[in-house]
Amino acid sequence: MLRVIVRRLLQLVVTLIALSALIFIWLRNLPGGPVDALLGERATPETRALLTKALGYDQPILVQYGKFMQRILTGDFGNSIRTGDPVTEVIGRAFPATVELALAAMIIAVGLGVPLGYLAARWRGRFLDNLTIAGTLLGISIPIFFLGYLLKDVFTQNIHWFPPSGRVSTGIDNTNVTGFFVLDGLLTREFDAAADALWHLLLPAITLATIPLAVIVRITRASVLDVLNEDYVRTAEAKGLRHRTIRGRHILRNALLPVVTAIGLQTGALLSGAVLTEKVYNWGGLGTLITDSISGSRDYPVLQALILLAALVFVVVNLLVDLSYAFIDPRVRVR
Amino acid sequence: MSERSIGLLGERKKARLEELARASADKGGVSLVRDAARRLRRNPVAIVGAIIVGLFVLVAAFAPLIAPHDPVQRFDELTRNLTVDNIPGASSEFPLGSDPLGRDFLSRLIYGSRQTLFVGVLATLIGLAFGVVFGALAGAFGGWIDVILMRLTDVMLALPSLLLAITLVAMASKSSQWTVIFAVAIVNVPIFARLLRGSMLAQRESDHVLAARALGVKERNIVLRHMLPNSLTAVIVQATLTFAVAILDAAALSFLGLGDPDINRAEWGLMLGVDGQRYFEVRPELAYYPALAIIVVALGFTLLGEAMREAIDPKNRR
Repeated sequence: MLRVIVRRLLQLVVTLIALSALIFIWLRNLPGGPVDALLGERATPETRALLTKALGYDQPILVQYGKFMQRILTGDFGNSIRTGDPVTEVIGRAFPATVELALAAMIIAVGLGVPLGYLAARWRGRFLDNLTIAGTLLGISIPIFFLGYLLKDVFTQNIHWFPPSGRVSTGIDNTNVTGFFVLDGLLTREFDAAADALWHLLLPAITLATIPLAVIVRITRASVLDVLNEDYVRTAEAKGLRHRTIRGRHILRNALLPVVTAIGLQTGALLSGAVLTEKVYNWGGLGTLITDSISGSRDYPVLQALILLAALVFVVVNLLVDLSYAFIDPRVRVR
Repeated sequence: MSERSIGLLGERKKARLEELARASADKGGVSLVRDAARRLRRNPVAIVGAIIVGLFVLVAAFAPLIAPHDPVQRFDELTRNLTVDNIPGASSEFPLGSDPLGRDFLSRLIYGSRQTLFVGVLATLIGLAFGVVFGALAGAFGGWIDVILMRLTDVMLALPSLLLAITLVAMASKSSQWTVIFAVAIVNVPIFARLLRGSMLAQRESDHVLAARALGVKERNIVLRHMLPNSLTAVIVQATLTFAVAILDAAALSFLGLGDPDINRAEWGLMLGVDGQRYFEVRPELAYYPALAIIVVALGFTLLGEAMREAIDPKNRR
């Protein structure tokens, strides 16, 4: 097991190094070069030469790469072109917003998806099953930003159940502790602030949850169907075990492996959906940051850090998924 | 695999695929492809999917005959009352009303099927082509080629798909329909490559490859005639599913302002992502119709793909 972990960690490091090298090459090959990207096209030759020297772009490429890696490893990504603030600060501000949104979405997707998938499998071919399958197909075929606008239109314009955008209402005094607004409200016992943050969170979270929900339902259903036909389930039934025991120990536990994979993959992929969802609800997280860093003039220092961060989160989540197998399935532990 | 979906590949490919399938099937048995096709024809899900896909292709092919007006012409009747807050609705001459520039919305929707088909097909095919080459090389040769190619796919898979597409578009100096097509295509390369490599590796261990090797068939022919054709079915199924993803991703890029900047071009993703979003409060129909078109077509390809996947699953073989 330990050997597997070490090997996977090494692979992860290699992947990230390769990605950083690609980003390095990309930034070096920007139209007009990185200096123009920073200064804009109207800079004078003097300022250009000055910045070229200051940033070390006159040095050999390998030296440059070494410095680039050194800066990345020490967490120095430079300053945002757009705002001038340090990139780490810009990202640090946006990070909790996206994590909060993603967590809420995953709670909805898993909390609803696994039971629904299980029930659909148990009543295969019945009304609930067909309805669920139709729903999941629609869920993966609908552009989620459109769904976002639709939900927003219905629930904030026609019936005023939810606030249209943002993370808190104006006038709510929210003490910032962790950056997770719901948690902050609870920690500081400002329950009105927590409730308000939750209120704002629900609609975006539902929007973001659609695709993972659809995928998790489908995988759970397929996996439970596979297990239901296994001999050991019939044996357990023949032995007269209680249905609850069979369901828990024999069916769910064995069916869970592919579901965990799906949950992990979907968690990693949430950032894709977050880019769209955050734009619809003006959420102000990493997704918004990505959109803002790309539209108009491109904010390369921020983009570069965001890409590396996204990749890091994605591969680490995938690694954790693989490792979690060992806890669910003892057979993996032996190998 | 359905007769219809093979039909899309052209008659020659079809004949070749069937010949290959026949060659590799057990004597006296039913070929995998034919067996799957039979199961597919009996599956109502596949038929619904195929009908949607068929209609979509027909509309795209005959758009000039179906559309009542020129999709890029701005009509005086429509521009006369056109403001940011007032976009003329349905009239007898313009059944779905105007778009934000005073053009016939219905005609643009109909012509939009062409551009959507073009973007979807090209993005899928380019992704498929690179993915097949990568996957086949990795699966056929193994060794260091395999290691390098698979590490490369690792890097591409290290980013969530839309984020990778955004990154790729951001890399281009300015966006056009081609940046969208290539970005969406490249996102799918590692998926195809992995899939093909996996099934080629499985083929490598199979009895018919062993038999071919024992007979002294050249390595090149083993790969091209025995391993590759038998591994392609899964990839073709994936391509059908990828089409749905491709048009959704293209729409998402448009929504983020990274799409095709050509305002004359009618494409559903652009119509939904740009106009539909901007004028949602004024005239939500501008979003509803392209969205509906995208959803129905994506659904059609997904249904067809899922049914194909089910049909080629050996578990369902009788």
